[in-house]
Amino acid sequence: MAFSQVTYTYPESSAAALRGVTLELEQGELCLLAGRSGQGKSTLLRAACGLVPHFHGGTFAGSVSVAGMDTREHPPAQLGAHVGVLQGDAETQLVMSSVRAELALAMESRGHGATAVARAVEEVALALGIDHLLERSTHELSGGEKQRVALGAALVGRPRVVLLDEPTSQLDPVAGDELIGLLRRLNQEWDTTILLSEHRLERCLSAADRVIALDAGEVVHDGSPSSFLGFAAEHETSLQTPGAKLFALAGITPPPVGVKQARAFLRRDGLLPEEPDPFADQVASAQVRKGGDAIDASTSGAQHDARARGRFTRRARGEANAASALALRGVWCEIPRGPAILRGVDLQVAPGERVALMGRNGAGKSTLLRHAAGLLVPTRGKIERAGRVALLLQNPGDYFLHERVRDELSPEALKRAGLDALAERNPRDLSGGERQRLALAIVADGEETPAVVALDEPTRGMDREAKAQLAAELHRRAEQGQAVIVATHDPEFAASCAQRAILLADGRIIADGPVADLLTGGWYFATETARILGGASGALLPADGAELLCAIAAERVSRPEGADAQPARTMGQALSSQHGTPNQSQETPELLIHAAGETHT
Amino acid sequence: MAMGATLFYRRLASPLHATRATVAAMWVCALIAATLLSESPLVLGTLLIGVLGAGAGAGLGRELARRLRTVTIVAIPIVLVNVLVYHEGLTVFARLGDLGPFGQGDLTVEALVYGAVIALEVGLLMLVTTLASLAIDPDELLTVFRRHSFRSALTASLATRMIGVLSADSQRLAEAQRTRPGGGATGARARVRLLSAMVGSSLDRSMDVAATLELRGFAAGPRTRRRAQRRPFSRHDRAFALSAVAVFALALLGRLAGAAPFDPYPLLRMPISAATFVLCLGLPVAALLPFVDRRGIEF
Repeated sequence: MAFSQVTYTYPESSAAALRGVTLELEQGELCLLAGRSGQGKSTLLRAACGLVPHFHGGTFAGSVSVAGMDTREHPPAQLGAHVGVLQGDAETQLVMSSVRAELALAMESRGHGATAVARAVEEVALALGIDHLLERSTHELSGGEKQRVALGAALVGRPRVVLLDEPTSQLDPVAGDELIGLLRRLNQEWDTTILLSEHRLERCLSAADRVIALDAGEVVHDGSPSSFLGFAAEHETSLQTPGAKLFALAGITPPPVGVKQARAFLRRDGLLPEEPDPFADQVASAQVRKGGDAIDASTSGAQHDARARGRFTRRARGEANAASALALRGVWCEIPRGPAILRGVDLQVAPGERVALMGRNGAGKSTLLRHAAGLLVPTRGKIERAGRVALLLQNPGDYFLHERVRDELSPEALKRAGLDALAERNPRDLSGGERQRLALAIVADGEETPAVVALDEPTRGMDREAKAQLAAELHRRAEQGQAVIVATHDPEFAASCAQRAILLADGRIIADGPVADLLTGGWYFATETARILGGASGALLPADGAELLCAIAAERVSRPEGADAQPARTMGQALSSQHGTPNQSQETPELLIHAAGETHT
Repeated sequence: MAMGATLFYRRLASPLHATRATVAAMWVCALIAATLLSESPLVLGTLLIGVLGAGAGAGLGRELARRLRTVTIVAIPIVLVNVLVYHEGLTVFARLGDLGPFGQGDLTVEALVYGAVIALEVGLLMLVTTLASLAIDPDELLTVFRRHSFRSALTASLATRMIGVLSADSQRLAEAQRTRPGGGATGARARVRLLSAMVGSSLDRSMDVAATLELRGFAAGPRTRRRAQRRPFSRHDRAFALSAVAVFALALLGRLAGAAPFDPYPLLRMPISAATFVLCLGLPVAALLPFVDRRGIEF
């Protein structure tokens, strides 16, 4: 694939979406497209499959060549034989009624024989683990299943190039990791070229061979993942992965491209904290249950933590019982002649509490929120609300009925939401973050202040900056006394916006506790910082992790020589010996710790 | 999330769903033919039992029961109009005097009964087509037509799919409005706005689907005409094919032999013979027998 001086402007738009893009992709490369929202990533993918300019129109200059075909001369239908495309919303990419027919469509359209079609459908279904869905109707699939089927439809003809636009945005962490693993396998085993656009870079950076960053339609970086992290640290910090941010805050270079590399760097430098014993938690909890608060003073740190957590839970429950903003008691949701979606859910949320609801696709998160808001009535059980529950559903666009932002909300409400500057814009032309803010204001900023604000997967397609703004907004609402419940697949967002996390599985609450407990120590439902540090000290976010690393470094510095069988090196010494003399490693550990402390304590 | 009854085709574990679409369509056509060939309320009544039984056997009893409500709503005006318009019967049960365009308002028992028979016939057709739309895979059925006109069949298939998608979109939009403070604006203007948003959303959706079809090679030019994939006849295929033949043959023979005569005017006449019993018993049994064998219905 080769782009040569491509400049493109959408019809009825004055600004170019792509500006002088020149790049080449070799066969078998796995390339990641990075950039904030609206910087041209999706447009670049559309140009690579010929939808730009053939389908979207507009002004196109330069040339794009894919599999030896010039996209100006060959329409998307012809390019589609060599290029598989998976766009953001899987729902719109399913055009047939059954999964088998969906997978077969592309090959049938191109006149392949029945045997070839049947074999290809079977193979792609097996490869993606969707063989059990083949006879199912497409409209009854879950979001994650739809995404997989749409990917299968893109891959069924074994294209040489695969283009994916935020393929993991609707997937839970497990399915997201599985998808990235699958793409890596396609790439390694079949030599498929993959161009992938993604906001959650930490998910796929370690699998990528190369990263291309776009800003205002221009290629601003094209290089290896580690060089990209260097670029991000210097020019666009919102593109840094949490691991890279953790290292940057702790003054460690170079930034790691994944958890494995980060742990290797820390281990080599003697900075990898001791991981808490996962079973100590259970022992301590059992002691708390048996002996109440009468735990021996000599209990270990982990046990103290567990006791503290026990107190937290009891206190939280006690407060919730006293004045719950929302209480679900034994709530069941059973579909007639179908499965139970919720199975006896007991949940209490206190005013001002921030709760993250997590779990795999189909675990029952959205159904729980719909019950909380009164959109669904439980088949058994009871729901008590202290006031209105404002629910923001997954698609903010569903709330917009007018052509102008100012018609959607009163001027006062627009001002409160910080959207008064956008009053004359069409709501559908706003960025993802702005749309989310407007929709949230529509549901939550009525005359009656809601007791609970519930958001269903609000960060789909959002860049880090927009997520940070949303997290700040939720903090603000919680401070005003509104309980906040967010169903999310994004552990980083959950860690930044919630104080309590609930893990749902198969319609049941299987874990409920402080985020520092629930999002550390896991493989999937854990932040990158927690995975790097092995859940030590409950550090979830880069700032907490950096503090911990600096504390470890300080402890090693203060430890007398010879006290350890293998004397620990200081952070500065370790870094200078390992990486030569990088800028920050020349500083003394004290300075590093001071710098980190200034920023984060 | 679909919390209620099925609205569109969904693969369920039932003998009818396990049958290939062409055979299932043939079986449905046989039921329609039997309905059209029968006039006797006795035969139609037993056919109704057969169709409802088939619905239950296919796991669609709730859906057919729901459709029965619609049937009732349709049936009442049919009966009323027939009673008011036809005065051919001799057994008058009410005299309404001069009804203007409807003539003399003598309401007869014969017109009432015949109206009910017509309503029963219409209701049966509605139930059978509902059963067909819920139990026969449209994609598989349309594959047969693709050999003759790929694009027409695909367009029909797409339309089938889009009905579901747009319906889900509309539900989502309506749900979003319910989450607004006060349940959203009400009144004619608000409804027009919501409708306009739904139309806008449908157009956006259509554009996205068009892009997907473009990428899938819909406009790729000449394509080879492929034969439908051969697959061996299953026990259910055979059973439903036999059932279809039996239902059609029984109904046709019954009609030709006058096994269940029914004459509404001028006086109700419905002689019952052994042949009538055979027909009344044979039709539902023939229609329901394939549902007895429930082996191999899982998917």
